[in-house]
Amino acid sequence: MSGAVSASLLLRLEVQDHFERYADTLDRGDFEAWPEFFSEACLYQVIPRENWDRGLPLAAIRCESRGMLRDRVTAIRSTMMYEPRYLRHLVSGVRVSGSGDETGALAARANYGVFETLVDEPTHILQTGYYEAELVRHGAALLFRRLSCVFDSVVVPNSLVYPI
Amino acid sequence: MSSASQTQRWPSEGVTRIPYWAYSDPALYRREQERIFERGWNYVALAAEIPREGDFKRSFVGEKSVVVTRDRRGAFHAFENRCAHRGVQFCRAPLGNSRKFTCPYHQWVYDLAGNLKGVPFERGVKGHGGMPAEFDKGQHGLRKLAVVERHGVIFASYQLDVEPLEVYLGPVMLEYFDRVFDGRALRVLGYSRQRTPANWKLMFENIKDPYHASLLHVFLVSFGLFRADQPSAVKMDPSGRHACLISRKGEQVQSEATRDMRNLRTDLELEDPRLLDPVREFPGDATVVMQTLWPNLIIQQQSNTLAMRQLVPLGPEAFRLDWTFFGYADDDDEMTRRRLRQANLMGPSGFVSCDDSEAMKMSQEGIRAAPDALGVVEMGGRETHDEDHMVTEVALRAFYRYYREVMDL
Repeated sequence: MSGAVSASLLLRLEVQDHFERYADTLDRGDFEAWPEFFSEACLYQVIPRENWDRGLPLAAIRCESRGMLRDRVTAIRSTMMYEPRYLRHLVSGVRVSGSGDETGALAARANYGVFETLVDEPTHILQTGYYEAELVRHGAALLFRRLSCVFDSVVVPNSLVYPI
Repeated sequence: MSSASQTQRWPSEGVTRIPYWAYSDPALYRREQERIFERGWNYVALAAEIPREGDFKRSFVGEKSVVVTRDRRGAFHAFENRCAHRGVQFCRAPLGNSRKFTCPYHQWVYDLAGNLKGVPFERGVKGHGGMPAEFDKGQHGLRKLAVVERHGVIFASYQLDVEPLEVYLGPVMLEYFDRVFDGRALRVLGYSRQRTPANWKLMFENIKDPYHASLLHVFLVSFGLFRADQPSAVKMDPSGRHACLISRKGEQVQSEATRDMRNLRTDLELEDPRLLDPVREFPGDATVVMQTLWPNLIIQQQSNTLAMRQLVPLGPEAFRLDWTFFGYADDDDEMTRRRLRQANLMGPSGFVSCDDSEAMKMSQEGIRAAPDALGVVEMGGRETHDEDHMVTEVALRAFYRYYREVMDL
């Protein structure tokens, strides 16, 4: 195996690990740790595919900084009213395109499916879609500079409470 | 088919009680489709969604799918999305551009006004088959709806002799409608859709009920966006079918008036205040006007987030809410970003609206199991007239006064 191949594989594993730790953090409900996956200035959005494909900017959730991500966590924890639920993310097909531009950013894509379980109902699919991400290195860690969660399931089953 | 009124009687207390069968009875729901959604003006589209000739939008009037088009002369049309031949719902794209519509099943062809223009094998093949000689394509077009546009907003009606929109809305509702739709070109920012497992009337009631807003919505209350201690009003048209909740931004402080609002959080602070950075853009003092237009539209103006919320009933116990967020074509980039950030308050993940979609699901689950129980609607008294405060359920009572008339209940 050539050195170049193993470097790209290692990079993909590193990005995959970032996605998996991200998903696990959300599934465990550790929302306080969620903003730490992003750089200080960032764009996080959960956007219906019909908007994304037409170039329409409206997102269901839009955060333009770590502060805005934390404001979302505050809302989840202390202002929003919703019934209890569990989410479960499945992330697959992680792809890294390019080893980075002059700023060292990486572009990555991955598919996701998110199941939602409410109190007395069978588990249902909350969303299927894909992540389109830009990541930057910060010390030893990777951080999302942009993360767009583009969801195919444009009709939301009632509410979208937790981040994707 | 059994009529609800034969077996079910509205409680003698009148509009201060709502019987729970009204939210789940299938026969009543069928009658609502005929008596409510197939009469009057239903919102179907913004002109900005179909700006060019041949543009179309797949929309809904009640539970029926309709297609709204703009023809070569710029005129708008609406017709039912159901082939005149065998009933196929032929238009599947939410938006598009076309010179004609062809049903995929037997390829009957319609023009942009819904007229039948072509029937394959109409004269048969090699002397075989074909439609009867007297078959008149002019008699087999798509079912057409009346259409009206006002300041970029398109309404349609199955009732071809429906009154003019201005009369339908009445002067007070028209004034508030024109406050947002003042003739400026609109820009669509995007869509949000959700399916809520609750009767459609619960959605309409939610936006006619300012009582809950001061209590349920911690976010609104804490940041003073909508609160019972602020100068507010509930205005209606004479029939009671349309309404506006009007209010003004207040301060994040405790007072005598906020004592009962256990959810007022004076300690709540945004880490990134750009999330709520409203600028005044409409004349007058009001910073929020939520307008409900019978039977299927909520016009949302909360600070700088503007949206049409179109109600699509999906049976007695579910509805879809299709949100079209918009701004104005002359908004600068900063204004557009402001609208996009404030949209975090609304939609299925909204800091405010999520409370409502959750509350409606919980309402339906309580209501479903007790069809003979009654809801109590006495906040602010038993009357149905305009109020200059929001400690009232008056617009719900007025809504049900009109509803009972229309439904003969």
